[in-house]
Amino acid sequence: MLTKRLIACFDIVAGRVTKAVQFQDNIDVAPAEELATAMYTAQVDELIFYDITASAQKRKIDMETVKKVASKVFIPFAVGGGIRNIEDMYEVLKAGAEKISVDSMAVRDPDIISQGAKAFGSQCIVLSTQVKRGAATPSGYEVYIDGARTATGLDAIQWIKKGEELGAGEICINSIDQDGTLMGYDLPLMEMAQKAVNVPLIASGGAGKPEHLRDVFTKTQTQAAIISSMLYSPRMERNYSAQELKAYLLENNVPVRPFL
Amino acid sequence: MIRIIDYKAGNAPSVMHAVKHLGFEAKFARQAKDFGDATHIILPGVGSAKATMDSLMSMNLPTKLEKMVLKRKIPFLGICVGMQILFEYSQEDDVPCLGWLKGRVLKYDTNNVRVPQMGWNQVCFTKPTPIETQQDDHYYFVNSYYAKPEDTADIWATSEYGGEFCAAINQENIYGTQFHVEKSGEAGLSLLKGFLSLERDK
Repeated sequence: MLTKRLIACFDIVAGRVTKAVQFQDNIDVAPAEELATAMYTAQVDELIFYDITASAQKRKIDMETVKKVASKVFIPFAVGGGIRNIEDMYEVLKAGAEKISVDSMAVRDPDIISQGAKAFGSQCIVLSTQVKRGAATPSGYEVYIDGARTATGLDAIQWIKKGEELGAGEICINSIDQDGTLMGYDLPLMEMAQKAVNVPLIASGGAGKPEHLRDVFTKTQTQAAIISSMLYSPRMERNYSAQELKAYLLENNVPVRPFL
Repeated sequence: MIRIIDYKAGNAPSVMHAVKHLGFEAKFARQAKDFGDATHIILPGVGSAKATMDSLMSMNLPTKLEKMVLKRKIPFLGICVGMQILFEYSQEDDVPCLGWLKGRVLKYDTNNVRVPQMGWNQVCFTKPTPIETQQDDHYYFVNSYYAKPEDTADIWATSEYGGEFCAAINQENIYGTQFHVEKSGEAGLSLLKGFLSLERDK
């Protein structure tokens, strides 16, 4: 049986992982390479790296960090931030990542999704999107870009449908409202998304307790969940290991790759 | 020398990282003459069957590989699409493949399951081979298509995704995994180590 995935997501600034709340107020956590290796040993199922300042600083992604991590971590990992074209994608894949996450750039130039899917296969292209509740769009959720700072007027559900049509192989939906609140994932949002697209969905934003993972996996068809704060944020009262989260989920009949 | 076939759409660098991590020496192969010293050949795979076939043909590799793998019996491992193209035909882009193994590659039923299959799935090894594996370990899959071998004796392992499918194949010196051994944590590394430790003609 295909299992649900627990994904550790790293916001990287100058080779170090940082943690923000609602896209602001980043604090330093650890060197990316060190934390990635720790997460691999802890048997997290997948990693996502966002070079969060690459895009704003109009520079390329930090390839040295990607290479170092790829030589030590033997689980899938996706890289995003500062991806502008096919050449950037090719460089990330050659550095040893297997997926490319596109976000703001894809809103500005949706063709980058289809170009990437055509060149490297849909499985390589993760459409990541930041969405916020608001009455202005039909689904009640609007797409934001540039680190959740800029409203686009795009409807979140229409956008992910378009992303799937263009060839994204996976869609990661980050709820700006829930991000950093530790109050749980946005379940109505994930329910709407699962009806709209057939590709696997990743839920992001809001996980603070093991129950939140159980809920997103049992109440929606979401296939993967991002759990950054719970794993390593120094702001948390306590962190959780992937081992205890998996044990909890298995007890609650959620299929996950067991800790060995 | 272990030779990892490097083509534009593949993920040869990931496989190289894993092989080196296990303490083996390896080199990329990009043209027919690179295989002279090959003791093991790995064909990594991401992307489509057609793109992979086109790359192999543009590098003039099919004939060379047949000589090395089918005649000289050099241990060969195809990963993901690298396994699929060993069959006669893939439904993906309707493309003829190498045909080393009898059978076809078909798409998962999208009415039944989300496609691509993406994630860790439990694998059941059904045929003993010189490569040791743990019976029910999980491995990482990313695939929209799956192989359907005509000869069930070629099935090394199975898994479930909207029904049972072939997760790995073996015929003599030819091995193939639908899952990514290079991205399946310690279980994947262990299988890869088993392959790299194979001796020829065994």
